[in-house]
Order: sequence, then C-alpha cells, then structure tokens
Amino acid sequence: MAEAIATREAYGKALAEFGAKYDKLVVLDADLANATKTEIFKKAFPDRHFDCGIAEGNMMCVAAGLATAGFIPFASTFAMFAAGRAFEQVRNSIGYPHLNVKIGATHAGISVGEDGATHQCNEDIALMRTIPGMTIINPSDAVEARAAVEAAINYYGPVYLRFGRAAVPVMNDAATYKFELGRGILMAPGSDVTIIATGLMVEIALRARELLATDGVSARVINIHTIKPLDEEIVLAAATETGAIVTAEEATIIGGLGSAVSELLSEKRPTPVVRVGIEDLFGQSGPAKELLSVYGLTAENIAEKAKKALSMKKQ
Amino acid sequence: MEQAKIQELRRIATDIRIGIIEAVYNAGSGHPGGSLSIADILTHLYFVEMNIDPSNPNKEDRDRFVMSKGHTSPALYSVLAHRGYFPVEYLKTFRKTGSHLQGHPDMKGTPGVDMTTGSLGQGFSVACGMALASKLKGDTFRVYTVIGDGESQEGQIWEAAMFAPHYKLDNLTLVLDYNGLQIDGRTVDVMNPTPHDEKFLAFGWNVINIDAHDFCQIESAFAAARECKGRPTAIIAKSHKGYGVSYMLDQASWHGKAPNKEQYEQALTELKAYRASI
Repeated sequence: MAEAIATREAYGKALAEFGAKYDKLVVLDADLANATKTEIFKKAFPDRHFDCGIAEGNMMCVAAGLATAGFIPFASTFAMFAAGRAFEQVRNSIGYPHLNVKIGATHAGISVGEDGATHQCNEDIALMRTIPGMTIINPSDAVEARAAVEAAINYYGPVYLRFGRAAVPVMNDAATYKFELGRGILMAPGSDVTIIATGLMVEIALRARELLATDGVSARVINIHTIKPLDEEIVLAAATETGAIVTAEEATIIGGLGSAVSELLSEKRPTPVVRVGIEDLFGQSGPAKELLSVYGLTAENIAEKAKKALSMKKQ
Repeated sequence: MEQAKIQELRRIATDIRIGIIEAVYNAGSGHPGGSLSIADILTHLYFVEMNIDPSNPNKEDRDRFVMSKGHTSPALYSVLAHRGYFPVEYLKTFRKTGSHLQGHPDMKGTPGVDMTTGSLGQGFSVACGMALASKLKGDTFRVYTVIGDGESQEGQIWEAAMFAPHYKLDNLTLVLDYNGLQIDGRTVDVMNPTPHDEKFLAFGWNVINIDAHDFCQIESAFAAARECKGRPTAIIAKSHKGYGVSYMLDQASWHGKAPNKEQYEQALTELKAYRASI
C-alpha cells in the first residue's frame, strides 16, 4: 500500500519549500492557516504571510493589489469560500484584469467528510471554468500537488489550485515525475475505452482499470491535472483510438471535467461519454471514504460506467 | 495656499468637469453626478499630491490611485486626459465599442488606470493590497482610493476598514465622497451609513472631515495624512453630487443619466462661464 498524504499537506510544504527560491511569493489566509497547511509557510516566512481574518472577499482583492505590484500571492481558504463566497471578487478583481494571483483552495469536494454539505464544495471547478483566462489545476496526489505549485509560480496569470482534505495514496514517483501545465498524463495504456480522471479519482480510475481487465476490457487511464486549459490533443486521441470515454471527478458532473470533455468531443469528435461525479445533489456528513462510496466515486462504479460507454459505442 | 494656486486648480477642475460632461453626453450614458462631486479631489491628487509620470504610467515607484467607486470613471478619465496620459479627444469615445475608455475602469485598456474596478467594495481592498506591497518593498509609494458614501453600505468596505489599521498601512489614504445621494435616493433613507467619521475612528483610522470643494482644506488633509504614522487616514469629504452644473446639483436623479443636447449645452455654458470668472 502506497503512502497516503493529503494534497493540502503537500501544498503547505511546497509553499514553504518554494518560499526560499521565489522571493516574490507571499501567502494570504482567512483564519484557516492551520487547516489549509499554509502555517508551514507561515512558520518559515512569518514576514510574508498575512492573515486576513474571516473575510475572504477582502483577501482576494488584497491579493490582487499585491499582484499589481509584482508579488505572487497565494490566497488560501476552503474551496467553498474561495470559489463560492468570493466568486465575484475572483471574477472581477483577479480574472478580468488577469492578475498574477494563485488561489490555493483546500477542502474541495465531498471528501471533506464530517463537516457536511455546507463545506463540501463540489461546484468550484464549474464556477472557475466560466471565468475567461482562469487556469484550473486539480492534482491527483502529493507529488503532483508540489509540482503544480511550482508550475503555478512560474506561469503568469490567475490559477485556481484545488486541494483535498483527506489523505490520498501517493502514486506518482517524486524522482521522475514531470508536471507540464495544460498537458494530460497517460497513466496506463488501453484500447477499448478511456477513463479520463482528475484529482483523487485518478488512483481510483487505475483500480477500475484492473477490474475491467479481469472482464477482458482494455481501459486507458488519463490523468487530467489541468482542467482548464484542457489538453484537447490527449482527449481527441483517446476518443479516436478507444471510441468510448468515461470521465471521473470528485465534483458535480455539471460543468466540470466531464462537461469539458463532452463539450470538446461533441464539437470535434462525437464519441460516447459517460460522466462519473457527484450527481445533482448536496453532500452530507460522514467519513470521506464512506461518502465517496455513497456518491458513486468508486472503482466499481467507474468500471460499470465504462461498460455502459462501451455498449453505447457498439450501437 | 496662495490665491493664484487655488485659481489654477479651480480652472483645471472646471476643465475636468467639462470633460466629464463631454464623455457622458457623447456616450449617451454614464454617471455624471458622482463624477462631478469628486472632481476637485482628483484634481488635487493628480496635479499636486501624487508622485506620477504621465510619460511613464507604469513607473514602479509611482503612487497608486484606485477609483473604488468605479462608475465615476468619467472623472478619472477626464483627469488622466488633462494630466497628459492620453488625448482629451478620447473622452468622446467613452463607452463606445472598441474604446480604451470602458464604462468602468479597465487597467489593461487605459494608461494611468492602476486597477480595474466597478463592482463596489472591491477597489478599497485592492488599495489595501497595494499599500501592503509598498510596505514589503520598503514603503516606496503611497496609495490613494476613493469610495462613495453609498458604497460604504457594502460589507467588504468594513473588511478592508479592519485590514488597513491591522497592518498599520499609514501609506494608504482613503477619501469617502460624502455626497449623501445614491441611485435610489438619499443614502440616509436607503440604508443609513452615517456617521462615517465615527465608524472609521472606531476601526482605528486617522479621520479628517473636510469640504470636498475647498482646495485649502483638501491640501491640508492630504498633508496631515502623509504626516500620520502607524495608521491609515480616512478623509470624509462632504461633497455635492453634480457640483458645477446647476440642474444636477444635489439631485439623485443625475446619478447615472446622460444629459440631452439642450442640457449638455447648458452645462457647458455654465462651466465655461465659471471658468472665465475665475
């Protein structure tokens, strides 16, 4: 069993690591440094960490102001408040002027667990996708999360980084892993169907691939860490070469990765797409693992939906 | 202040008011009332107070200005044009398709605009971020922002009002354009935000009350703000909406409406006559 680390933990450590290398990096928090793990940065660089109190709208705009003067601010809070409460500040004061602000959104998705529906942000990907010029990164594990932070620092423009609360298995090899903004990663080859997954669903998709293999189905698995801009090339190739697609994300199926893939394929290469994600529902309290199962974010459900996509291909 | 200097500033402010009327009339829409109320403050900022260079609008150590009440962009554009950031003629393109002069300020489209604003409450917070950036760089520039008294009904104003004294942003000066009117009527009737001065005092600000149309009071308020250490300054500037145009004076109905041809001509006649009398 691989080691399990929460991507928020990797995020906090990465900020502290890169704080030494990039002197323009500053971090803003809204009374959640302990939970977003930015406290690791705060300890290392107390003069470059600014708590804004429980005032997320103000925090996003303060970040915008810092960015106008050449700083690279990471504004951190839970996804619910970063993408939800402060949506309009992000849209008008960061997105519209295309300022170099990085939004470090932790506690995204249903895996927040026991805090329940008010804190389980399943809508953030959909919301952020609608902002012109916004880059969205949803890392699949701790190795990818660290690399994503450095890629965001080296890219000029607004970036929404999505991190999880729960510990997830580390699948990528830190020694060889390379992150390329906007490029999907072929995790495993396959010829009958392609599972396009993001975030913690990538590891679950790899398990679904094994289930499918026992039934004689060859499934390709692609990791889309950058949801916007979407790697069209890898998706179109998968559609052409396997003819059936399943998407998997720990977010609402409305407006997220599944939508992005469907929009692309319906216009450029019509192909059956079946979406796995949170259906049109709010979450509830419970342990993360149980909730993933209750809401269908499992290897079994992905395998079943892969078969459904396959059957659509044959019609 | 010397009388000659006051007269010069009055002439400039009147030219800026003429530019506001030209912009809004030619656009057929826009916000003349609150633009006219803030014209004297902007004249002082851009012609006396701020360290700026119109030939180098992005100069790193320049003082910053954020028009948090972004709908009064005609005042900002007119002062920028008259200060030499772009030709005064451009004011006639205001709000037209393809123009550099968007309905609300766009930092990417207009030289001299330091921040994109329009959604009320946000510019003030951005100004706080700029002031913090200046502190991190060793206090290399000062930051100025204008909010409306109606705008102070936004909750985010008070988030920023908490932030600035907490981080001791004494390089930040806020002007509250206290004209007492908003779209729906008198601010005290719509949702009473007063007393402004006592609120900012309670939040830890250095507070100065002035007449927004008196250049001597304006100058001494900004001078006092520069002298004040350890906390930001809020200048509560009692103004008149529509100042300079008789039929617009203190009328909420002129918040967001363009004059017709006859009204436009009357406004220009009045402003030009006043300018000649200075």
